[in-house]
Amino acid sequence: MSVTSEFTKGLYKQNPVFKQALGLCPTLAVSNSVESALGMGVAVTFVLLCSNSIISLIRKIVPAKIRIPIYIVVIATFVTIVDLSMAGFLPALHKTLGIFVPLIVVNCIILGRAEAYAGKNNIGLSIIDGLGMGIGFTMALLLLGTIREFMGNGSFMGIPVMGPAFEPVLIMILPPGAFLTIGFVLGFFNWLENKRAK
Amino acid sequence: MDLQNLLVISLGVIFINNFVFARFLGICPYIGVSKQLDSAIGMGAAVTFVLTLASTVTWLIYTYLLSPSPANLFFKLFGGSAPPDLTFLKTIAFILVIAALVQFVEMVIQKTSPALYKSLGIYLPLITTNCAILGAALLNIDQGYTFIESVVHGISAGIGFALALLLMAGIREKLEMAEVPKAMKGIPIAFIMAGLMAIAFLGFSGLKLGN
Repeated sequence: MSVTSEFTKGLYKQNPVFKQALGLCPTLAVSNSVESALGMGVAVTFVLLCSNSIISLIRKIVPAKIRIPIYIVVIATFVTIVDLSMAGFLPALHKTLGIFVPLIVVNCIILGRAEAYAGKNNIGLSIIDGLGMGIGFTMALLLLGTIREFMGNGSFMGIPVMGPAFEPVLIMILPPGAFLTIGFVLGFFNWLENKRAK
Repeated sequence: MDLQNLLVISLGVIFINNFVFARFLGICPYIGVSKQLDSAIGMGAAVTFVLTLASTVTWLIYTYLLSPSPANLFFKLFGGSAPPDLTFLKTIAFILVIAALVQFVEMVIQKTSPALYKSLGIYLPLITTNCAILGAALLNIDQGYTFIESVVHGISAGIGFALALLLMAGIREKLEMAEVPKAMKGIPIAFIMAGLMAIAFLGFSGLKLGN
């Protein structure tokens, strides 16, 4: 179990969105533009890093029976920090992400990593694990955000790239586009995996 | 009473702003538990029940304990120059209340109705991390709903979620027989189905409710 593999497993092999199907609600909801995808990804990575390190530090003094409520309080604390800082420094982004900022609390990736990893490993490994998973999540969001913004709006990060003749596929930035995009992206990864297995 | 207003909220959250298709809340159980009709019914009922309770309780907590209104109980009990503003504790308070509520409901059902517990029991622990519950609680506050409005919003959100879950389960049972490309089997095709259903639900956004 090397440090590098602990970091890279979150990027592809155990990617939280594509491989474990965790944290789907925010993935679908905020991936209609690259900008909000990036904002959400960074916010989740920050919370994941902080909660993983704290939970790893307190793992020996937390009684096993009430560990889940304790984990949730730790996570909710950091989510509140992110929520308030974002409202203060990036009010426009905070408005776009809406209730999905406080909803990071119930993002199953964070509690999942706390339960499956940080509660059992030391702080160094837990930080690396959190960073890897957070970046994996951000990459998944960026991939979906890029596809949807490009097809639905003909732009990347708000900058038009397709020229005036491009007719945007409006459905892609509407809610159904999120379901369709993630369906096809998951199918593509399965196809890739099947091909590699042969 | 403003019945029309309540009807607008109720129909709005069932069809136009359906939690699954328009707001992306509760996707994990939506994809995870929609393989069979029986379990979908159980999950839908459990979510509706907890959503209603959670909407009621979180609204009361927000209004009487956290918000800086003259009705704040801390202000009434301890006095002071102005009501304390504890709204920053909203996220922590709500998630704890929901977790406690789910545990409580689980215990009550287990004691009073073993049959119901058998059918709903396994879904209850999952509900704590269902973002539909916390989402509904936060939306009630964001939209500034009154008490009755919050309760109606909670019930209707649950009905909308159950409706989406049942429709999906019905389709997925049939889908088992269909010839789906190998790579698309399981979750990917479920998402494509959800996308098509979301397009259908998009049609409801043409509805004009109220004035």
